[in-house]
Amino acid sequence: MTAKRKENGSNMLEAIREGIFESMAQDENVFVIGEDVGRYGGAFKVTEGLLDEFGEDRVIDTPISEAAIVGAACGAALMGMKPIAEFQFIDFISCGFDMLTNYAAKSRYRGCGGIGAVFRGPCGSGVRGGPFHSLNAESFFLNTAGLKIVEPSTAYDAKGLLKAAINDPDPVLIFEHKKLYRMPRLREELPDEDYTVEIGKARIAREGTDLSIITFGAQTLNALDAAVKLADEEGLNIEVLDLRSLAPLDKDAILATVKKTNRVLVLHEASLTGGIGGEISAIIAEEAFEWLDAPVIRVASIDAPVPFAPQMEDYYLPSFDEITDACRKLAAY
Amino acid sequence: MKAKSKLVKPKKPLTCTSKTSLSNEQFIELYRYLKLTRMFDEKTVRLKKQAKLTGGVFTSLGQEATAVGTAYALKPQDFFAPLIRDIGACFVKGIEPRTIFLQYFGRRSAPSRATDVQFHFADLDKGFVGPISHLGDLIPVMTGVLLAARMKKEDRVAVAYIGEGASSTGVFHEGVNFAAVKKLPLITVIENNGYAYSTPTDEQSAVESFVDKAVGYGIKGMQTDGNDIVACYETMKEASVYARAGNGSVLIEALTYRRKGHAEHDNQAYVPAGEIDWWAKNNDPVVRYERFLTKNRILSRKNMLEIENELKDFLQAESEWAENQPLPEAEDAAMEVFDNNVVKPAFKKKVLEN
Repeated sequence: MTAKRKENGSNMLEAIREGIFESMAQDENVFVIGEDVGRYGGAFKVTEGLLDEFGEDRVIDTPISEAAIVGAACGAALMGMKPIAEFQFIDFISCGFDMLTNYAAKSRYRGCGGIGAVFRGPCGSGVRGGPFHSLNAESFFLNTAGLKIVEPSTAYDAKGLLKAAINDPDPVLIFEHKKLYRMPRLREELPDEDYTVEIGKARIAREGTDLSIITFGAQTLNALDAAVKLADEEGLNIEVLDLRSLAPLDKDAILATVKKTNRVLVLHEASLTGGIGGEISAIIAEEAFEWLDAPVIRVASIDAPVPFAPQMEDYYLPSFDEITDACRKLAAY
Repeated sequence: MKAKSKLVKPKKPLTCTSKTSLSNEQFIELYRYLKLTRMFDEKTVRLKKQAKLTGGVFTSLGQEATAVGTAYALKPQDFFAPLIRDIGACFVKGIEPRTIFLQYFGRRSAPSRATDVQFHFADLDKGFVGPISHLGDLIPVMTGVLLAARMKKEDRVAVAYIGEGASSTGVFHEGVNFAAVKKLPLITVIENNGYAYSTPTDEQSAVESFVDKAVGYGIKGMQTDGNDIVACYETMKEASVYARAGNGSVLIEALTYRRKGHAEHDNQAYVPAGEIDWWAKNNDPVVRYERFLTKNRILSRKNMLEIENELKDFLQAESEWAENQPLPEAEDAAMEVFDNNVVKPAFKKKVLEN
């Protein structure tokens, strides 16, 4: 069984796999459904070893049918099961969009039963995946009431948020940045005991006093790297707030960091226009205007599909220099 | 079915098949459900004309036998997902008219809390999985119901009702194909009633019969006269025995006709002259069943009138009761977006408050 924790800790992908294994072993209502999740162990091998351990009734390979995957997860959830549905790439979530936004999101509100299901998959750019294997999809769903959205940036959070999502009474989308799956720097020793990370709660990834970077997912690492560089070279003391949950958004944590540092950079990897950065900036403008010493700056990807060639994808994405420049501008304002 | 090609007077008045295992008691029960369905629709149309109902009124006039007859063949543990023409299936599976009236009147105690219309609600204890307006979406949902049953080792079949129009959707394909591959006991009933809103069947699909689609999925296909309630029952009985035994999915095409428009507002100007009248005069499912019942001396005209009067009083009482229930509070709109034990209701933020 591959889920046994390694002596040198777990990377993010292993943490997710351990979370699924443990949940399936503890609760027979938990099952996995998706394309190539069984025999092949998933395109990224997140579900490797599950089929041997739990059998094909609980590790369900499907035809290429995202709408059916989401619909089946919803139907099973109505019957008291706890489905974990995988999208091979988050780009393909669009094929299940109707089932997610019209069926899963509205079922409880309509008195038709809460859908306690997990919908997870690899998101994110920077891996030269081109326009159809690089998506950050959170903005598609933020305007749909009834869906929770989380995106971890550590192995600990990936496992803890997954376990929280499995036991959540409502639908939870988990976006896992594929660039983080096997990143050596995210390898860490995870607790032996069962734990969850509460959905809707942000995490201060680095304490600081001069300005705040509000971000999530893979950009958390860029923010931390920028903070270290600017601390070492320019003496700036930067706070990094890792949102972890995008819906519900941890407004208290956002306002707390604004009131602490009074200068804010909002950083995300999806395109700028209509991105979550606009929502966060609006919350700050409405509720903490008088606490600001500088206008909020947003750094995000350009308003374009994700291009394939490295030269273009790097231009598309928020660059390290853009992040540090934005920090300098905020500090100097 | 090409509705136009059927407009020939039948040689003998149409009735129902005599090939059946139903008992006299069951025949009578079936009649009550059929009659209840028609009278419920007539009642909601009247209430709409009296401006007592807000929102659309959808009826199943002319095609009631399909839902009632097929649902009558299901077991209590079986699940079903109806569409707007299948109110009769809801009655058969134990949904009370008063509950649907609560929905129509938009009352606070309606199962959907008045967040949704008509019989857009669910009662999972009765096997009723709530429909949504996106036609065909319930087919994949029912595959999940059946996967859960498989994991829990529960004996269930599930029925997804759709019109012929929904067979053109992607979810129809994904759901039927998935169920077929997994050999799930899913029975998809295509109620071919001639029109999807204003679109006739020959503009919906190039197949001769919708049942032909079963071949493409490698599943059993069955076709039945959707206006013969006994045939509908027997077809579903055979399909459910087959599916329950582990043989896989079934696609049933029920041939029927929608005599009303898509909803009450629709004047059906697109229907060729004489077509609706032909069906009303020659192929009405209630008239056909009544002919069958009298011919076989199961019910007399007098018995039927008694049942009708009884149902009339019953529906009046149910409707009045529902109408007298309280309306929702405005702030109910903010409740139950998520489980409110976990996430607070989505109340408005008052502009003049900090």
